[in-house]
Amino acid sequence: LLRIISGLVSPESGEIRWQGAPVRTLAEEYSRSVTYIGHRTAVKEELSSLENLRIANGLSGTSISGSEAQQALAKVGLAGRENLPARFLSEGQRRRSALARLLTCRTTLWLLDEVLASLDRAAGSLIESIIGEHLNKGGIAIVATHQELHISTDSFQRLELAAVSYSEAVSPRLPL
Amino acid sequence: MFRWIIARDLTLAWRRRADVLSTLFFFVIVVSLFPLGIGPEAKLLSAIAPGVVWVAALLASMLSLGRVFANDYQDGTLEQMLLTPQPLYLVVLGKVLAQWLVSEVPLVLIAPLIGVQFNLERGTLAILFLSLLIGTPILSLIGSIGAALTLGLRGGGVLIALLILPLYIPVLIFGAGAVDASISGMSAQANLYLLSAFLVLSLVFAPWATSAALRISLE
Repeated sequence: LLRIISGLVSPESGEIRWQGAPVRTLAEEYSRSVTYIGHRTAVKEELSSLENLRIANGLSGTSISGSEAQQALAKVGLAGRENLPARFLSEGQRRRSALARLLTCRTTLWLLDEVLASLDRAAGSLIESIIGEHLNKGGIAIVATHQELHISTDSFQRLELAAVSYSEAVSPRLPL
Repeated sequence: MFRWIIARDLTLAWRRRADVLSTLFFFVIVVSLFPLGIGPEAKLLSAIAPGVVWVAALLASMLSLGRVFANDYQDGTLEQMLLTPQPLYLVVLGKVLAQWLVSEVPLVLIAPLIGVQFNLERGTLAILFLSLLIGTPILSLIGSIGAALTLGLRGGGVLIALLILPLYIPVLIFGAGAVDASISGMSAQANLYLLSAFLVLSLVFAPWATSAALRISLE
């Protein structure tokens, strides 16, 4: 579902719209306002967290300086390990280095697949607070998770997809 | 954005130098096997030189092409690239350019040196260099289509070769033809012009086809 919303996959039936226009026709215009973090973290093993973060931002068109990246990484608890190639990081640390992108991107819509996977409780609540902050600033986050998310916000919607079959869950037009 | 892609791929290649060097050594060794196997007959060697060098270049480029998108596909970076706010055409062009710089340019640079083994004259070596310089970007561009189509398939390496090698034939004919012409004392101009025409054509259409193939592969 997240991959369909992100525009990577076209839905079998139905249509995803962003501000009234179908995302397929918006294409790059739409990509500007979306950050998708899948279960594959897109963290390059040969590059350090710092390089990974700066390149990820550079690719999505929001170049950030070295110190900005450093701050974001420090916030997710990777201070002192910024220059270590990602292959020396643990799974949770890689995950956090990928999620540091949330702190530096300036997009409205966040699509997060299993954000809390392989994160410990402290990191988990940090991510929750980051998402919460994003929501309070008027952003949208669509999160797929099998863990409980504790986010303090008034606009919170839960979609239980376990019970419905995949195609059924997709077909209604999502009012984005 | 374009420069981020190139800078990124060049850094990655530098961190994985062994991969790049293996392609180069493959090329050097394949080409060097022929003079060793055939013996020191100067006339025969210079007659087969253009074909041998060019075929070795084709095979070497096959080796490196499998990696253009495969690594990025596995760790999810490719998804992110598809989601960037820039046209995919530019992303692909950047990646192909980086691949060419990393895997093909060293091969082009070393080719004249290798040509000496085949008793080629200086003028001919220059033409060999020039024809490879124009021809190898075409190989990268066309090859990227195959690399994108075979993403995520098992045994993709062989499949790329089957898909792409037939498409390389025109490049081979005109590339080797240019060197051949120069050996027999004719002008290589016509061949080089045609090769350049191919380059322009593939520069326009290949990234576009590759983008389409990538979208299909990632669905």
